[in-house]
Amino acid sequence: MKISNQSIIEMYEKMLKIRKFETKAMNLFAEGKIPGFVHLYIGEEAVATGACASLRDDDYITSTHRGHGHIIAKGGDLKYMMAELFGKETGYCKGKGGSMHIADATKGILGANGIVGAGHTIAVGAGLAAQYKGTDQVCVCFFGDASTNQSTFHEGLNLASIWKLPVVFVCENNGYGISVSQARHQAITDISVRAVAYNMPGITVDGNDVFAVYEAVNEAVSRARKGQGPTLVECKTYRWRGHFEGDPTVYRPVEELEQWKKKDPIPRMEKYIIENKVMTEADVTKLNEKMEKMVDDAVDFAVKSNNPSMASAVEDVYTDIIEEARVR
Amino acid sequence: MRKMTYGQGIKEGMRIRMLENPDVFIFGEDVGLFGGCFGVTSGLFDEFGDKRVRDTPISEGAIIGAAVGSAAAGLRPIAELMFIDFLTVGMDQLVNQAAKMGYMFGGKIKLPMVVRLPAGGGVRAAAQHSQSLEAWLTHVPGLKVVYPSNPQDAIGLMLSAIDDDNPVMYIEHKTLYAVPGEVEDEVKPIPFGKANIKKEGTDVTIITYGKQVYDALKAAEILAKDDIDVEVIDLRSLYPLDKQTIFNSIEKTHKVVLVSEEAKRGAYTGELAAMIAEECFFECDAPIKRVGALNTPIPFSAELEDYVLPNAEDIVNAVKSLF
Repeated sequence: MKISNQSIIEMYEKMLKIRKFETKAMNLFAEGKIPGFVHLYIGEEAVATGACASLRDDDYITSTHRGHGHIIAKGGDLKYMMAELFGKETGYCKGKGGSMHIADATKGILGANGIVGAGHTIAVGAGLAAQYKGTDQVCVCFFGDASTNQSTFHEGLNLASIWKLPVVFVCENNGYGISVSQARHQAITDISVRAVAYNMPGITVDGNDVFAVYEAVNEAVSRARKGQGPTLVECKTYRWRGHFEGDPTVYRPVEELEQWKKKDPIPRMEKYIIENKVMTEADVTKLNEKMEKMVDDAVDFAVKSNNPSMASAVEDVYTDIIEEARVR
Repeated sequence: MRKMTYGQGIKEGMRIRMLENPDVFIFGEDVGLFGGCFGVTSGLFDEFGDKRVRDTPISEGAIIGAAVGSAAAGLRPIAELMFIDFLTVGMDQLVNQAAKMGYMFGGKIKLPMVVRLPAGGGVRAAAQHSQSLEAWLTHVPGLKVVYPSNPQDAIGLMLSAIDDDNPVMYIEHKTLYAVPGEVEDEVKPIPFGKANIKKEGTDVTIITYGKQVYDALKAAEILAKDDIDVEVIDLRSLYPLDKQTIFNSIEKTHKVVLVSEEAKRGAYTGELAAMIAEECFFECDAPIKRVGALNTPIPFSAELEDYVLPNAEDIVNAVKSLF
């Protein structure tokens, strides 16, 4: 498959942006500057990047609790993301959502989601809207291996299939549902085999190879745009960090992580880029610095932003009713 | 004025907006060819076709989830659950998704969706097809909850529900579908949070909604013979709630009886009682009284079901206990 140099550079930039953002979030959490739960995407960057590379701004995605990568890949702004992680009023959700609930309707991001498996049916709804209105928009639904044991996986894929909806189900199989390995949570190794049950195409690709992800999802997206229905794309990958920051990861061997680190999608892409003269080493270094600066600027923006006003606590429950404020 | 049934009123409300707005569509189990389990959508499939009146698989999670997703993406879905009891199967999509997305995304996403929920007992359908679960819904910030009692309100509340940019739970009592009523030639949307005083009175206020409006009116007739002049308020909208009409009435009568068909423990009427106690206590000169079902699942046997559910006689007794 021919991919333009421009697209390759954009994908590389996105992967770097995710890695730098997540590394910064990891450090900020360790320093106690970010409250709550943080689920990092480090190691899985190729999936979101490859999958979103075929999408337009008006296409939709649904995301997961491990959603930062998806949001960056779909065009989310680091400043508003970081401000949300800090719980600031300038954040994407005005400080009411946090890491697990970032959404941006203008970019078709229908939200990260704290409930495992919740995206499957919401994505089907977005796909239904696109089909109903006769647009050629698609929805990419991101989810993990463990969510394929939820009833929503079955309900969502079944409905998408019978209505031939433009939804691409992108499974990030990182081998674990929190602490439970795939072998212990389901009796299959390739989740793509489940596509057979819905009479839709299913494919398994190396989720640490951004080109493989791009190629599989690109084909699925073009089928969806043509009204040929949904596809299940399984991307085998690995999360370097625990399920959440602070997870001691006692449930997996260190050697396993080391093996996967050798398959780090970012150096793999760098190697390709330099060998194929897409960019020079100097350009790569410059881009790395640019992404770091962008993340630093996002932190700066977040730190300097105000905390939400107490009045905002009772806003946005409804579009038209403002709930009663606390009476002191 | 025209005459139509409650079920026809619900349909008319949907039909009016479907004719005006191509983004309004209906989906759910057996709503299409079959015309709905209770016949409410009958004829709409023929009129609007299978794009806008869609049969779904038996997948309540997907029905509510697809309502959320399609609303977020700009449509105005009306999802029908065959029985409110089946809400349990799609509860995550409703409570964690529909009710939360507006708030947790900082108002960035709107969800103009209606979920129709046939509720209540009296049709000998036993424990899994007869419940009154409005308290589960009114408890969740982010949902609006309405409950029409007659054809006119069924139309007006449906118009407002479809026009609303928030998830609206539209509860229908199953025993009312065939009940006729007078309807204005052109029904206007009924704003949420406006109760309806069905009968004015001076001695005691009965606050209720749905099917129990009829029981309360029957009780009022019986009590009139004992010279007790009852005011009956049909809330119509459980959230937002018309507190002012409630307070005005209690300021006049100083006695209040709250009636619903729910199992009494944890019922919505408990919330009403607490609200009245907190905000209107000094106007009450008798205990705030509640009438509800017994705290049991709904039994199958007709005799048992009638015994468990509240009726007009229970309301009469509750009122008399205050004098």
